Amino acid sequence: MTDETIKFQIDGDEISVPQGATLLDAANQAGVDIPVICYHEATSPNGLCRICVVDVDGGRVLQPACVAECQAGSKVETRNERVLRSRRTILEMLNASVNLEQAPEMQQMMAEYEADESRFPDAHLREAEVIDDNPFYVRDYEQCVLCWRCVQVCAEDAQFTFALTLKNRGHETSVATAFDISMTESPCVFCGQCVGVCPTGALKPKIEWGMEQGWTADELRRNTRRAKKRGGGDGD
Amino acid sequence: MSDKLEIDATLTSYRGRGREALLPILWDVQGACGSISPQQVHRISHILRVPEADIFGVIGFYTLFHDEPTGRRIIRVCADPTCALAGADAVLHEVCQRLGIHEGETTPDGKYTVEHSPCLGLCDYAPAALVSERGEPDMSLTRVTIDALLGEWNGEYFTPAGAADSVMLDPSLASAPQTLSAYGDYSALRKALNEMSPEDVIAEVEASGLIGRGGAAFPTGLKWKFTRAADGDEKYVVCNADESEPGTFKDRVLMEHRPHLLLEGIALAAYAVGAKKAYIFIRGEYPKATAILADAIDDAEAQGLLGNDIMDGGFSLDIEIRRGAGAYICGEETALFEAIEGKRGFPRMKPPYPTTFGLFGLPTAANNVETLCAAPLILTRGADWFKSIGTEGSAGPKLVSVSGHVGAPGVYEIEPGMTLRHFLDHVCGGLIGELQAVLMGGAAGTFLLPDEIDVRLTFEDLRAAGSTFGSGAIMVFNTTADLRDILKRVGRFFQHESCGKCFPCQLGTQRQVEILERLDAPQSGDRERLQDVGMTMTEASICGLGHTAGIAVMSAIEKFPEMFEVNGRHHD
Repeated sequence: MTDETIKFQIDGDEISVPQGATLLDAANQAGVDIPVICYHEATSPNGLCRICVVDVDGGRVLQPACVAECQAGSKVETRNERVLRSRRTILEMLNASVNLEQAPEMQQMMAEYEADESRFPDAHLREAEVIDDNPFYVRDYEQCVLCWRCVQVCAEDAQFTFALTLKNRGHETSVATAFDISMTESPCVFCGQCVGVCPTGALKPKIEWGMEQGWTADELRRNTRRAKKRGGGDGD
Repeated sequence: MSDKLEIDATLTSYRGRGREALLPILWDVQGACGSISPQQVHRISHILRVPEADIFGVIGFYTLFHDEPTGRRIIRVCADPTCALAGADAVLHEVCQRLGIHEGETTPDGKYTVEHSPCLGLCDYAPAALVSERGEPDMSLTRVTIDALLGEWNGEYFTPAGAADSVMLDPSLASAPQTLSAYGDYSALRKALNEMSPEDVIAEVEASGLIGRGGAAFPTGLKWKFTRAADGDEKYVVCNADESEPGTFKDRVLMEHRPHLLLEGIALAAYAVGAKKAYIFIRGEYPKATAILADAIDDAEAQGLLGNDIMDGGFSLDIEIRRGAGAYICGEETALFEAIEGKRGFPRMKPPYPTTFGLFGLPTAANNVETLCAAPLILTRGADWFKSIGTEGSAGPKLVSVSGHVGAPGVYEIEPGMTLRHFLDHVCGGLIGELQAVLMGGAAGTFLLPDEIDVRLTFEDLRAAGSTFGSGAIMVFNTTADLRDILKRVGRFFQHESCGKCFPCQLGTQRQVEILERLDAPQSGDRERLQDVGMTMTEASICGLGHTAGIAVMSAIEKFPEMFEVNGRHHD
């Protein structure tokens, strides 16, 4: 990024931003709200949820604000019909595949974009059993939106542990360990960063989950005890 | 066990290489062992220094890799439109019944696994199958019969014969690939090395008006110019031979018949952009073309036409073949780079574009097979000759793949400007029955009605008509074809092939197929659902796959609105 600034229009207002700024940076600066799901300050942006798309100069396709750079002289619309249709449809399609009950941010977006909860009848929900395989956290991939943040912080974005990957592809993609081994068998060091960046209830501290299950204090203590062997990781 | 010794030696030969060797090593392990076990993944992880989880993720991305035991023979029968018209479902059903298993299962004796497959690029000889017998090279079968699928392994390819009268496809070639001695001594490359600077080569290709034949129609000369001008210690040429668009098989025919035309084209591109290394990324479903190209590279290197210091002209080029493993998305150039780099085939965000940030992050010219095959012709016969064929916007001869209800399905070379009607009536053997619709451009294309086939076959005319030349696929359906069934297959294809990276396509291809599967009795609002899903994929997806995954369906809504009406069947 240089010291030079460029000017362009966002929703009719001309603003000036540093060259190299993303449209999301610019919108934040201008006080324009753009929703995000996969984007997180601590992870490399992949521009994959597409909820942040905006219309740049009426182009053939919409641009993801989290990664697209501002272009001098361009006119950006963050809430026209095209943008609203894409955002609403993405939310409706997502809600049909994923249990979003414990994702308040996405619930709020559903309301804001007037997304119909039952837009897609008889849709295939990505059902999954809760995986409880370690003392620290549980994984409920029925609530996973595939934002990739957990995989990223487990790898080059933070921890370089590489316990997680994506398996299968398309709609059947899911986050997994190698050959679905348990977290205790995997290279996981239980640093907790994946839990920290999860935008839904897919990754949850085991104590929180146990309390939801109505565990007694004894059960909580017993079920979240660290293994005897050195587990590695800093914990928190 | 000799098997074990063999695989040990194979794995050891990969020592010192990195992640880029992942797809090749997985092919080798699976070839020897039938599938890839956790123990093998553990060893590969140590040899290539790639995390085990990442290797597991890569295996699961590519449908031709298996991490669980399969039958000794894997039979994959094509399930896409043209093969369906030719009875592929009945073949698949019969095979499963004889073996007493369901599709996707393995017989209890471990002899057979039966699956369906996306388009195998053999639509001219439908129905088609891909058969893998452990320890043997994979084999494509055409006009499959139960006996061929279940009978003794004979190792013989069923060879599609013949090619049309054209400059790209030599009419004298019946079924064998053109040998090096018949092809000649790479005179276009010799001319370039002796008489032309790389800039001259680029200028000649630019002047010819050649535009890319893979579907995106980008000017080839400009792509080479950008790549040459980009900063980079090394540069690459990548030949995109991942032809997978349903209904498209022109590149397979070119590779099987004229391997040296392609190799010379790659060499010219490499000389022009300043690359010393080129990759041919070929889809895993094309075993025959892969073997032919490997032999052709050996022959050309033996004659000093490829390799070090070619023709003593100071230019060196190593061409390496990389075999894909079952992923349509890898036809998208950045996903293809990821596959060569040993990763899941996810498309990257653009910009940056491949000409500055391509394979291994270096400037890369990625060109389609047919595009590269045009280069030697342009250099030999001149840009003016090339431009004199076709129209201003569609210069040069163009290959099309025609399949479905025509007298002679196959690959034809046409002069752009000919009308679709003329092509159907006079070139490809005439229509069989009464025309219902043409699906132009493959599964990512649009439908043309009988009163729309006077459109000229050029990039510009088709675009103006709201259609697309795409990869040159022309699928013809007469009134006996069930278009609802065709649309369901298109929907299943995209659902199967979406990589899953961006939400619009990952979710949209799933929602689309769910609605298409109930097309026989649509629910109220289904048309609007398909339009919202289609437009969201078109406008908000990351790559070309998502951008086009809803095109055929939205075209059907426009051309056949009655098909989407609730209770529409009653009015049929």
